[in-house]
Amino acid sequence: MELTGAEIVVRCLQEEGVEYVFGYPGGAVLYIYDEIFKQNKIKHVLVRHEQAAVHAADGFARASGKVGVALVTSGPGATNAVTGIATAYMDSIPLVVISGQVPTAAIGMDAFQEVDMVGITRPCVKHNFLVKDVRELALTLKKAFHIASTGRPGPVVVDVPKDVTIQKAEFDYPKKISLRSYNPVLRGHPMQIKKAVQLLLSAKRPYVYFGGGVILGNAADRLTRLVKTLGVPCTGTLMGLGGFPATDPQFLGMLGMHGTYEANMAMQHCDVLLAVGARFDDRVIGNPEHFYQEKRQIIHIDVDPSSISKRVRVDVPIVGDVGNVLEEILKLVQTSKERIDPAALKTWWAQIELWRAKNCLKYDRTSKIIKPQFVIEKLWEVTKGDAYITSDVGQHQMWAAQYYKFDKPRRWINSGGLGTMGFGLPAAMGVKLAFPRATVACITGEASIQMNIQELSTCKQYHLPIKIINLNNRYMGMVRQWQEFFHGNRYSESYMDALPDFVKLAEAYGHVGMRIEKPADVEGALREAFKLKDQLVFLDFVTDQTENVYPMVPGGKGLSEMILAEDL
Amino acid sequence: MRHIISILIENEAGALSRVAGLFSARGYNIESLTVAPTEDASLSRMTIVTSGSEEVIEQIIKQLNKLIDVIKVLDLNEGAHIERELMLVKVKAEGEAREEMKRMSDIFRGRIIDVADNTYTIELTGNGSKLDAFLEALDPAQILETVRTGACGIGRGARVLRV
Repeated sequence: MELTGAEIVVRCLQEEGVEYVFGYPGGAVLYIYDEIFKQNKIKHVLVRHEQAAVHAADGFARASGKVGVALVTSGPGATNAVTGIATAYMDSIPLVVISGQVPTAAIGMDAFQEVDMVGITRPCVKHNFLVKDVRELALTLKKAFHIASTGRPGPVVVDVPKDVTIQKAEFDYPKKISLRSYNPVLRGHPMQIKKAVQLLLSAKRPYVYFGGGVILGNAADRLTRLVKTLGVPCTGTLMGLGGFPATDPQFLGMLGMHGTYEANMAMQHCDVLLAVGARFDDRVIGNPEHFYQEKRQIIHIDVDPSSISKRVRVDVPIVGDVGNVLEEILKLVQTSKERIDPAALKTWWAQIELWRAKNCLKYDRTSKIIKPQFVIEKLWEVTKGDAYITSDVGQHQMWAAQYYKFDKPRRWINSGGLGTMGFGLPAAMGVKLAFPRATVACITGEASIQMNIQELSTCKQYHLPIKIINLNNRYMGMVRQWQEFFHGNRYSESYMDALPDFVKLAEAYGHVGMRIEKPADVEGALREAFKLKDQLVFLDFVTDQTENVYPMVPGGKGLSEMILAEDL
Repeated sequence: MRHIISILIENEAGALSRVAGLFSARGYNIESLTVAPTEDASLSRMTIVTSGSEEVIEQIIKQLNKLIDVIKVLDLNEGAHIERELMLVKVKAEGEAREEMKRMSDIFRGRIIDVADNTYTIELTGNGSKLDAFLEALDPAQILETVRTGACGIGRGARVLRV
């Protein structure tokens, strides 16, 4: 039977098992919305801004591991979605974004609400398509889901002109698809894996460094088994948190610009480094010249060959699915007669404990003003470390990463690569829809939250009882910190003046608002808020204005050149 | 170092801009880029001349392979290869210089493909340095216009790039 393009779009999404589409209607997608209206398999979530549609789909994808789907109209709908798409691209999140386009005959005519969406998004998608023929629509959508979810995942844009949604074609949705130009390598090379195991077992100061690839590849269980079996220390990137239990003593904390002293020092002093699904980016290793050491050997597992030897030359590259490769390594380690030299390992651990004894995350617990770190610690206690935490971008994000100990993968949802302020609240909506019974909190600041605050309305409409933890220091905290450190305390435009009364604002949207001003009230307020299971609660914590994130590796410096709180 | 990279890519709308966009977004050099469909109309063959350190060239090849539409990438510099470029030059050809220009063209194995009262248009193929040498051999005042295709290349012997 022949279907219209609009019917085909909706049928394809149904065939893919899509539960939620996050979107915003407009002229170019009216026929698609008409088909959404006529069915009830797929639920549409109406956001208040297209950027939030993509972030919500992204949060849904990060928490569930499924492909997130967003639907936007042409022109401004499409351009509003771009920040969300770039956010997903930088963190390798599988999304399919369907954008409306002006009718094919109008393309290139500067038509009303026309933009070259394929052109605009080309540098920030894994792939994109403009569908000019309705007969190619179903196959293109199949390709989009396939490309988004396999190999190194990423967002795929499908741009659909309005006339294509009206034209008819036979509907045939292939179950499987293969592309001659796209075949990600999933199995690691056996010789390379063997080399890696030999190197690991011969190490004196071994160290495991894992990133977001472990989360995306669903390999946290295998990584944990390998690290436990070897008895070696490990560290995770901002994107990797939850890949190994943070409460386990073998975990040295996050590394990088705001990593722990022990995690960063171990990175500089290990002799064999196993990098798993991580990419040695600037926020992680700082200056690559400082990081480079002749005697250290690096093994690097990644599904994306271009991530290997990009910033740092590695000795044993292994291209493949991290889960598969870790499993192979584990097998060889278990069957090998060799073991890491126990005396050397003991000495290495003794050194690490010395670094750890610096207690680099200590802060003033006697303060009469609320310390932001204290709020996160209490949040961790009150939620028993078992919440889904989304965050925005800035100091609060770093404190969340440092003080909320993630024991499970996919619990920490944040914009790591692009660093998108305004990500947290819409992402939390996606997470809450993916896991309606789970506890979901958004850690944010008064600057970030205002970048997508209109979504409080969406939360009301769909009854999404998220808890918003607003660390309100009346500054763009991270900007202010850099200005304090590197720009002579000249706080240029980083002060947030004329802030709204967040309690009243939450109430205006039909939610509950609380303002907390004393450290003694922090725990009580959190407990009260989480008891309100059916309500979104906006907790406005009035925190220390000048607190800084420590440790800190200044830009361009090496990992061991940290500024510590005690140095000041 | 200068490298000549051959790419087989799906002959889809926008394929060229994906490759060109990759080079500009990541700050890689393009000395020249040529593209045309192959005997299989679903495929395009692209030749890019670029330069960079070994690390940069390795990244260029990996990033090209990462493009969904790219089927195969070959660094021709990894083996023996042949490289050719086509140039058309319009030159002044008047009076005594007319005969001299004909001789120059013959020396470089060029062909005069258009003759007017005062000009010749010369077609020349070869590698880039041969074309450069021809231009250098001429008096700059005689050159009215040049157009070059950029290099295309192919491996020697049994070395082939195909699907």
